[in-house]
Amino acid sequence: MNIDNIRNDFPTLHQEVFGHPLVYLDNAATTQKPQCVIDTIKHYYEKDNSNIHRGVHSLSERATKNYEAARETIRSFFNAKSTKEVIFTRGTTESINLVASSWGNQNIGKDDEILISHMEHHSNIVPWQMLCERTGAKLKIIPMNEAGELDLNAYTALLSVRTKLVGIVHMSNALGTINPIEGMIKQAHEVGAKVLIDGAQAAAHIETDIQALNIDFYATSAHKMYGPTGVGVLIAKEELLNVMPPYQGGGDMILMVTFEKTQYNELPHKFEAGTPNIAGVIGFGAALKYIQDIGFTAIKKREKKLLDYATKKAQAFEGLRQIGTAKHKACVLSFVLDGVHPHDLGTILDREGVAIRAGHHCAMPVMQFYKVPATARASFSIYNTEAEVDALFEALAKARDMFA
Amino acid sequence: MFSLGDLYKEVIIDHTKAPRNFGKLEPCSHDAEGFNPLCGDQLHVYLEINKDNIIEDVKFEGQGCSISTASASLMTQVLKGKSVDEFNALFGAFHDMATADMNDEPDEEVLGKLAVLAGVKEFPSRIKCATLCWHTVKSAIEDAGEPAKTE
Repeated sequence: MNIDNIRNDFPTLHQEVFGHPLVYLDNAATTQKPQCVIDTIKHYYEKDNSNIHRGVHSLSERATKNYEAARETIRSFFNAKSTKEVIFTRGTTESINLVASSWGNQNIGKDDEILISHMEHHSNIVPWQMLCERTGAKLKIIPMNEAGELDLNAYTALLSVRTKLVGIVHMSNALGTINPIEGMIKQAHEVGAKVLIDGAQAAAHIETDIQALNIDFYATSAHKMYGPTGVGVLIAKEELLNVMPPYQGGGDMILMVTFEKTQYNELPHKFEAGTPNIAGVIGFGAALKYIQDIGFTAIKKREKKLLDYATKKAQAFEGLRQIGTAKHKACVLSFVLDGVHPHDLGTILDREGVAIRAGHHCAMPVMQFYKVPATARASFSIYNTEAEVDALFEALAKARDMFA
Repeated sequence: MFSLGDLYKEVIIDHTKAPRNFGKLEPCSHDAEGFNPLCGDQLHVYLEINKDNIIEDVKFEGQGCSISTASASLMTQVLKGKSVDEFNALFGAFHDMATADMNDEPDEEVLGKLAVLAGVKEFPSRIKCATLCWHTVKSAIEDAGEPAKTE
């Protein structure tokens, strides 16, 4: 993998911010888009723009073909069993809400328990809280240790026949922790619980084989995988989707409507109400092909080297406290700096051309655990370089000096 | 181009490191909490307002960035002894300053030393940091019962 070639694929990287070359280290929030994704979306709007699944003309046929081809790309990327299991949504958040509303309303009662972890972001907390409020079920939390690793003994103790669903993040956006989901899924299945994996953060960095892991529900977003915003996917086992009621009504989700009764369309269309984000879905497919072309072996090797380099620098940086030091982690350096609030760091670094995230990363319980109001977070991607890590730490030194 | 120095003036750094009127005011006639949900800043202001509507004392507690801390610190210094009407006028002037065009000079006659925060107008993501304490005092005075927010 040639880093210069990779960087050349991403037009946004080649610009100056306040007179400095842009150093984009906010990839956990959203990644930049390669030219092939931009071109694919442009091509759709320039040549194929049309509604899908019902037009009898050429443009509609092309749009439909490309939309469904993207579904197959996504199926193959995550190794789902069938394209019937691949439901397009607006993103991870909508995917989780779909499960909580449709499957949750049907399967959760007042004596049931839903298990999530302490490191979930709000999208994998709030829909379950809402479900618990509707049904009287209990939300239980898998604790974590100071390093930001889940307490697996506590997890075992929390699991019981009352556990109906376990919702866990594959990789924490606030800490970088990669959770040992394989064993956790097996354990959940032993007590009869279903498992939802929030793959938003992990999907661009580590491979996820949905069949091998035996995942019941999998949610992720395109925009963290070099694809467009506003589109994501829910991948779920066909037998679960078959009996789940539709989430929203209208558009492609129907076969026949009379005022007496509606006959729902078959999978996956049953869960895709209304005109979808056609260009977004096609762009999503292009983004996954881009990742496949590079390959996870190369991605993981490159990103590990970068994280190790950044971690060493962080450990040597006076006054810096890392938040999240799990043994298995990827691509995220979350930290606080003595005497400088993360929000001030964000502004000061921006003026040096370095884009990081400052805040609670939509994971307020994680902040409460570490007793910090916010952290600064540098998150890396395939196109980042050691020189950019150096630029980060030079800017951090400037910030420290300002407040010294 | 506005530089970082326009935002992080020495006065601001000084108030960040040693915020004035920091702590709880007990008893007090009015208090309110303020949150900036985007960044997690939290603020609690306490006011003692007498029967003539004069702010006799004001203190604040909380966690926040340097801009929100310095802004609250400077605000408490300025508000002591002012009437509620004067607060309302200052609230408007401060808000105008924070959201003004780059070329507009702050009205130093009205704002006094608060004008040191005029730099935030060039840092759009930081305007809410500077105005949070003002919204919180407003909500305390109006006894809104709900935490103030900058959203």
